[in-house]
Amino acid sequence: MNKKWVSRFMAPAAAALILAGCNFSGSGDEASGDTEGGSAEGDGSSAQVITLSEGSDIPTMDSTKAHDSIAFNVLNNINEGLYRQNESNEVELAMAEKHDKNEDETVHTFTLREQNWSNGEPVTANDFEYAWKRVMREAGPYNYMLVTAGIKNAEAIMNEEMDAEELGVKAIDEKTLEVTLEAPNPLFETLLAFATFLPQNQAFVEEQGDQYALEAENVLANGPFVFSEWQQEQGWTLEKNEDYWDAENVKLDKAEFVVVKDPQSGANLYETEKVDRVKLTSSLVDQYQDNEGFTNEKASGIVFLRFNHNHEVLSNVNIRRAVNMAIDRDGLTDVILKDGSTPLYGVVPEGYYNSPEGTDYRELNGDINKGTAEEAKEFWEKGLEETGVDSLTVSLNIADTDEMKKVGEYLQAQLEDNLPGFKLELKAVPFAQRLEIEKAIEYDLSLSTWGPDYADPMTYLDMWVDGSSANRMDYSNPKLDELVAEARTDTDLSNRYKTLLEIEKVLLEEDAAVAPLYQRGNTYLTRPSIENLVIHPAGADLSLKWASVK
Amino acid sequence: MKRYLIQRFAYAVITLFIIVTATFLLMQLLPGTPYSNAEKLTESQRAILDAKYGLDKPVAIQYLTYIGNLIQGDLGYSFQYQGRTVMSMIGDRIGPSALIGLQGLVFGTIIGLVLGIISALRHNTAVDYVSVTIAVLGMSIPSFVFAALLQYYIGVKLGWLPVALWENYQSTILPSLALSVTVIATVARFIRSEMLEVLGQDYVTTARAKGLNESGVIWKHVIRNALIPVVTMLGPLAVSIMTGTLVIEKIFGVPGLGEQFTLSILVLDYSVIMGITLLYSALFIFVVFVVDVLYGLLDPRIDLKGGSKA
Repeated sequence: MNKKWVSRFMAPAAAALILAGCNFSGSGDEASGDTEGGSAEGDGSSAQVITLSEGSDIPTMDSTKAHDSIAFNVLNNINEGLYRQNESNEVELAMAEKHDKNEDETVHTFTLREQNWSNGEPVTANDFEYAWKRVMREAGPYNYMLVTAGIKNAEAIMNEEMDAEELGVKAIDEKTLEVTLEAPNPLFETLLAFATFLPQNQAFVEEQGDQYALEAENVLANGPFVFSEWQQEQGWTLEKNEDYWDAENVKLDKAEFVVVKDPQSGANLYETEKVDRVKLTSSLVDQYQDNEGFTNEKASGIVFLRFNHNHEVLSNVNIRRAVNMAIDRDGLTDVILKDGSTPLYGVVPEGYYNSPEGTDYRELNGDINKGTAEEAKEFWEKGLEETGVDSLTVSLNIADTDEMKKVGEYLQAQLEDNLPGFKLELKAVPFAQRLEIEKAIEYDLSLSTWGPDYADPMTYLDMWVDGSSANRMDYSNPKLDELVAEARTDTDLSNRYKTLLEIEKVLLEEDAAVAPLYQRGNTYLTRPSIENLVIHPAGADLSLKWASVK
Repeated sequence: MKRYLIQRFAYAVITLFIIVTATFLLMQLLPGTPYSNAEKLTESQRAILDAKYGLDKPVAIQYLTYIGNLIQGDLGYSFQYQGRTVMSMIGDRIGPSALIGLQGLVFGTIIGLVLGIISALRHNTAVDYVSVTIAVLGMSIPSFVFAALLQYYIGVKLGWLPVALWENYQSTILPSLALSVTVIATVARFIRSEMLEVLGQDYVTTARAKGLNESGVIWKHVIRNALIPVVTMLGPLAVSIMTGTLVIEKIFGVPGLGEQFTLSILVLDYSVIMGITLLYSALFIFVVFVVDVLYGLLDPRIDLKGGSKA
């Protein structure tokens, strides 16, 4: 045992560690240098470069396996499917130039426009056929979107009763794609803008093998931007795709994304002009709400209370209505949450889902079950009488996040104050367990959340059908089931929208089956010089195609 | 020596095996699924996915499969980062964690030693009180408070160093400083109390009585003996600090392991939880071994050959 031995052994280890550590993003660093000068200062040069932030790294860039909004955001900006969501959240033709349907709208023929992948190969109909079948073969997390779209045999393939080759999608020739549906589907076009329906170049994917989509150079673009750089856990860069068919309408030259996990650090980066857009948490709102760049944006997620419809007292509609009316939503969103959330009196949130005539869903259906404490008390007493009890003690199943615990405590105070004899016990469990408890329906009340799968009210409405895996409270009303079935195949869009309005009325006006609480919101600091950053309700929530720096 | 090494290695393998087994079994007790869209999946879809990833098999079979792969050096794939191997994820993230950890550790140890030694030598003087106060503050105030202060004053107000993000070497300085605070405090406190104890020992009196000059006494007899407990404590501290610290990495946007570990537990990314636990335990065992070797250098009374000299 001598000292030489130790130094021989320790020194290389330490050196290796230090060398391994130099995994910096800005080698040379001139890139982020000119970013700030141009975009943030707006010093007349107005370089079309912006720096945005995301809360974590991209889980996967493989569109058939993508499962979260960060991946969807990148995919939506570098790739393009048959349709794309536009600035007003409606879908419009994108990679498809033309869309023909047969008479009963079960066979759809798409003619593709001239567009190359970023490796110079043309985008062909086979790229769509290959990618969609690949979603089914790989059992991608969103393979049920193909079932929702009603593509022929998708359900049987998902349940492993049929081979993925049997999927109702076929490349007729290089530029013609034929999709066969099980039944006419009014949602079809809307769904086609979702990342799961993006094309993939078969030769490229197969050549990359298990390295596909793991690095920036292992991904192909066919959309407004190309994916030029990706540093694990640090960030990525999108650059304008000069070969994009609509490139003349794309103004940004470059969008850099950095991973910022701590909101206060994000705000500091915004203040030092390192980043042009950061998300704030409610604790930072007071500090920054007078900032010029402070924005409050409605999100499309909802938070609501589930009732166990098997519970002997909660199964009473008057009790449920009383609970609905006893909660002051304004206090909840403005005093407790302060994070951009807004009160919600319905299951379809406000601001994203217009009727074919252009009116918002919430405006048409209004506030349902909005009442005063007195009204709540009336329903409460009526319900108690009908169920033959004089008090009620129930527990509330909540996830143990800061947000949910705050809401839980607020609900406890509100319900116990406004409904005499009501006692609420909070049961905070980890998120995953909250879900398991819900699925097993082993709760009295459960504080739940829901986010849309696609940009249509149906994504908030068909979950209440009897036996649906998202019902999770044994609620059942044949009338609602019937209306949902009707809306699923109704291609008369005006009539369908009326049915969608009717479904919510059955759920809430008739049955008070759940108690909607609030629509989520986000607060951001966004550099005022950035224009036309488009926020979508579902799938990808960000489009850069129309964005620019003034 | 050789025999000692072989013996230690065998113990290490057994310890790792026990840790792997315990972690694997405990992980099965966590509720939920590793699928990020679990909320939307029907029972039958979930069953199909379980079959695809082998999660439908009995725990014993899953365990044996995992051990089998592990022996061949295969840590499996991440659920959260589809298509990425656990090995490559750890490989990408360990560097930054280790770099800021090492810098924090070295800087913290040096400053801590200086503070601790000075305050022991100037026991009960103003210098001592100042250094004890620093140590107590460093121990009791969480490091993320220092991180936030450093970020705000040095990053935002003065603009001397980057606020956050991992762009170049300058990016490593603030996180390393924030990490070093705990090290400074811990080391200073330990070395001070050890020195005070050693200074009162008979052999120090003897050394002084022999007529050895004061610096000789301090260097040869006091500091060397006082270092032993510091080394014991530094080993585990080094592991925890170099394998990533959740809060500091989050605040400064360091692309390290710390947050990944917490996140993988939250989203039940089984193979990543196992991989990082394994790495952490292996490093820990290794460091404990290094510490044992260092004892032998610092204190000749400790004999590694297992003889009975002492």
